[in-house]
Amino acid sequence: MTEALNLKSRLLRRGGGIAAGALLAATLLTPAVSEAQTITGVMHSGLRVLDPVITTAHITRNHAYMIYDVLLAQDENFEPQPQMADWEVSDDGLTYTFTLRDGLVFHDGEAVTAEDAVASLNRWGKRDSGGQLIFDVTESLEATDEKTLTWTLSEPFEPLISVISKQSALPPFIMPKRVAETSADTPIEEHIGSGPFVFVEDEFDPGQRVVYERFDDYVPRDEEPSWMAGGKHVYVDRVVWVNMADQQTAINALGAGEIDYIEQVQVDLLPMVESNPDVVVERRDPLGYQTMGRMNFKHPPFDDKKLRQAALLALSQEDVLATMVGNPEYYELCGAIFGCGTPLADETGSESLTSGGDPEAAAQLLEEAGYDGTPVVLMAPTDVVTLNDQPVVAAQALRNAGFVVDLQPMDWQSVVTRRASMDPPSEGGWNIFFTNWMLPEVADPLINVMLNGRGDDGWFGWPEDEAVEALRADYVAAASPEEQAEVARKIQAHALDEVLYVPLGQYFFPQATGTNISGIIPAPVPVFWNVKKED
Amino acid sequence: MLGYIIRRILAILPVLLIVAVIVFLMLRLSPGDPAAILAGDAATPAQIDRIRTELGLNDPLHVQFITWMGQLLQGDLGTSLISRTDVWTMIERRIDPTINIALLTIFISVMLAVPMGVIAAWKHRTWADYLVMTFSVLGFSIPVFVIGYIFISIFSLQLRWLPVQGYTAPSEDLLGFFQRAILPALTLATIYIALIARMTRASMLEVLNEDYIRTARAKGVSERDVLFRHALRNAAVPIMTIIGIGFALLIGGVVVTESVFNIPGIGRLTVDAILARDYPVIQAMILLTAGIYVLVNLLIDLSYSLIDPRIRY
Amino acid sequence: MEKAVQPASSSQWLLGALSLPRRWRLGAAPIIAGLLLLAIVLATLLAPLFVTHDPLAMEATKRLQPPSSEYLLGTDPYGRDMFSRVFYGGRVSLLIGVGAALVSIALGLIIGLIAGFFRTADAIIMRIMDSLMAIPAILLAIALVALSGASIGSVIIAITIPEIPRVVRLVRSVVLSAREEPYVEAATALGSSMPKILIQHLMPNTMAPLIVQGTYICASAILIEAILSFLGAGVSTEIPTWGNIMAEGRSYFQLNPGLIFWPGLMLSLCILSINLIGDTARDLLDPRLKKREA
Repeated sequence: MTEALNLKSRLLRRGGGIAAGALLAATLLTPAVSEAQTITGVMHSGLRVLDPVITTAHITRNHAYMIYDVLLAQDENFEPQPQMADWEVSDDGLTYTFTLRDGLVFHDGEAVTAEDAVASLNRWGKRDSGGQLIFDVTESLEATDEKTLTWTLSEPFEPLISVISKQSALPPFIMPKRVAETSADTPIEEHIGSGPFVFVEDEFDPGQRVVYERFDDYVPRDEEPSWMAGGKHVYVDRVVWVNMADQQTAINALGAGEIDYIEQVQVDLLPMVESNPDVVVERRDPLGYQTMGRMNFKHPPFDDKKLRQAALLALSQEDVLATMVGNPEYYELCGAIFGCGTPLADETGSESLTSGGDPEAAAQLLEEAGYDGTPVVLMAPTDVVTLNDQPVVAAQALRNAGFVVDLQPMDWQSVVTRRASMDPPSEGGWNIFFTNWMLPEVADPLINVMLNGRGDDGWFGWPEDEAVEALRADYVAAASPEEQAEVARKIQAHALDEVLYVPLGQYFFPQATGTNISGIIPAPVPVFWNVKKED
Repeated sequence: MLGYIIRRILAILPVLLIVAVIVFLMLRLSPGDPAAILAGDAATPAQIDRIRTELGLNDPLHVQFITWMGQLLQGDLGTSLISRTDVWTMIERRIDPTINIALLTIFISVMLAVPMGVIAAWKHRTWADYLVMTFSVLGFSIPVFVIGYIFISIFSLQLRWLPVQGYTAPSEDLLGFFQRAILPALTLATIYIALIARMTRASMLEVLNEDYIRTARAKGVSERDVLFRHALRNAAVPIMTIIGIGFALLIGGVVVTESVFNIPGIGRLTVDAILARDYPVIQAMILLTAGIYVLVNLLIDLSYSLIDPRIRY
Repeated sequence: MEKAVQPASSSQWLLGALSLPRRWRLGAAPIIAGLLLLAIVLATLLAPLFVTHDPLAMEATKRLQPPSSEYLLGTDPYGRDMFSRVFYGGRVSLLIGVGAALVSIALGLIIGLIAGFFRTADAIIMRIMDSLMAIPAILLAIALVALSGASIGSVIIAITIPEIPRVVRLVRSVVLSAREEPYVEAATALGSSMPKILIQHLMPNTMAPLIVQGTYICASAILIEAILSFLGAGVSTEIPTWGNIMAEGRSYFQLNPGLIFWPGLMLSLCILSINLIGDTARDLLDPRLKKREA
């Protein structure tokens, strides 16, 4: 319907004839709903999972930012800012008090209370790794009155505010108490928040289409919007997210005015949009994504530190990124595990990665370690554009260094399933896989899951690394940003020496919009508040 | 006749039961894990296992199968493991585009292919015959998605006659429906036309050699009546059969065209569900398509006696 | 007419539907098709002798290049030589086609003979075959590949399983009509054992339609492989096939149509000639048809 409207206005503008008349006739017959101002966006994937606590999928988090609000939010300087609540910390660092601002209501009309926030934080704390660390030292978290919650710790936890205000992967979204009381392992069934948009359940088509309407009772903050912080003013009536399996289709649709926005344009296809005067292409996410490889510490050959180091030496960021992205304007070599452009960035130990790899040194290490030709099982997804290329390029690089590589193609969901297997590679396990993170998901030692050294309790690959655990504890205890940065440097050096993972550099997506769209906030998470559309 | 129909309908049940068993076993013995997909990138194996238990995926196989059968008997297709949406609702929202485009495809195919086949048989061994046959071999030899891309680049991008993607329901906007459905339907129709045109031609060729056609011609019946009244009627049974058999091809093609033209139909729903190991959705969709296939072929078998009075059951 | 309504004969109808103008059958078309197919097969087999690059060698700096004297058909998104990939890709596509044809014929033959001879097994086998036929082949194939992981073997199996029922029906119907023939009855009466009768008398009768069916399976397997790759369920990009070369090139269709055009052309020519040869084989091998023509 709305597509028809757009097409109509375009045709009319160009003085179109019969077709426009016919479309006009068609739209005259339709109810007033079609008057609503709608932004139709093609997102990077289809929304399927609606519970932002149970999954870390980006599309689900983006959905959650539409319909839920957060207590605190990060601004463009990585600083926590009040969003739903202000906070105070006691001098001993043991008591945090959050006070909800006035005017907060859920989409069902109920006021947001401190009880709702407590229940939401509790559920989140069972799933989020940073949250788990906070709850490990929590004495009590309770609603002291309608609007106040008090969080009491048994020992100081310096980064508490930065964990609560993080924008990815699992930010603590505030839900009504009855929803938040769902077990943290069961997906929620009711989707009500207090955010600036309302989820239209009747029009939800999983994996294909999601519809949001403006929440008229949302009271935005007065501050200017800055990343996830500041006032969330909504200027359109509806936002529709659609998923298009084929990028060319999306680009053609944008060119024809059938849609308004593409969240991620495949860089190779930019020539298709750049020639169109009705389309604006911009790199709005300042930080981008980190692509990385992770080895399995449990099984040969990568249970041997020397062979992990050899693999790291064999890899070249330039080769990976040039193949994946192509246009150098949209990628950046970066040896920092915390990502370049973030406060903790440091590139110690990454020289070979950023200078084209060192296959000779890798071959030498292979010999020193007495590599016996155990094949490296490399899981290669075939159905996700941003994950297809890394394994193929890496396989060639590892072979050049002397590894025997068994590249196994499978769909991404099979990778996701199989990487959870602790069995030997020959029995359904694996040796390496690759994935991508948004920078905020790796920028901090407490958030970055690859730096978990707790063996089987940690993330896939399961390194048992007491040293990194000790360093993370030092980070929690560090009193000042300078001390934190100092610990972070040690973590960087240690992580690349142990090869906890291999950062393969950063890449960015251009976004494309029609020229009639303005006000999109340049943030890592695509948000639709502040966006205006001219008819 | 009635007894035959009842017997045929009863025979559908074991077929669907076997389909159900095949699909169920295939899915449960496969290595995929919907819980891992649900949990996303940062989950640990322990968290994934807890979700498995919550979803009932850690129950013994026979328990899961009996639970599913029990649900089915109550007309409940279950809930998507991934989106927690009712499977019926998901199918309801997606089935309209697929059915409408499939009907349009069948209509276009029959309207084009039957005359093509008749003409090819009538003008046997002339350029018209060779043209039709060349087309019908080509229709079998080019992958569906390539045909789709070629149509898009000609009609949507070069000539700018039609929108590039999407779907509009005919109930909302009939013109919009045709504008968006015509390319996917033509794409799907290519292989179908090839199939039906060849069948029509082969079947007509046999009939045209029969004595009664010669008699009809000798009696001075007009050529058009000979072809369409006498010959086509007698050649109709194999043509109907091939339409039924081709229905399976159509369902296969739908999966691809829905991706190329971005149509929110059940083909894409099924493939997405397979890739996400969303068991209840895959099971429901495969049962549904199998059921439709069996029913369509039953209806076609029954229609034989209407077309050809010599056939009795 | 009565007989024609039996479902068992629907496969013959499918074959009938694939028939070609008679002059083509006996004229130049099958010969041209045969030569074309021979040329394609030889070119893919002898590819190492004339291609200019390693089909797997990637050069990140030379991605998506237009055709040039160095890269005759340009390069793909990994910076690999398209010319080499198209010829090497043909090897695997043909292997999948021939493999699927052989496996489905072999399995279908065994199952069909059993169904045709043993009435008790027949009912069960045919119900299972009906069920398999009711599941759309593409969906079944995607599910099977997703289930077993994508390798050449699993793709062949995934394409084979939906094809088996047609072969089984074909074989069974031949057996059912042949077992009423006097020579089989005579052989049974003379005390020949079942397996011996099967091999000596019935196998030859089923061979002709099977060879024809095999060519069609081969052609459709090559196409299905392309569709599986298109849907993200194909073999690794390290094993080029016409299907996955096209699938990888499809995002660039509008900018570099050659990425789809060249493998697509080879694939279409190949399938075209296989189909034409299948039609010819059908006419030459089908004794009933010969009788009719006479």
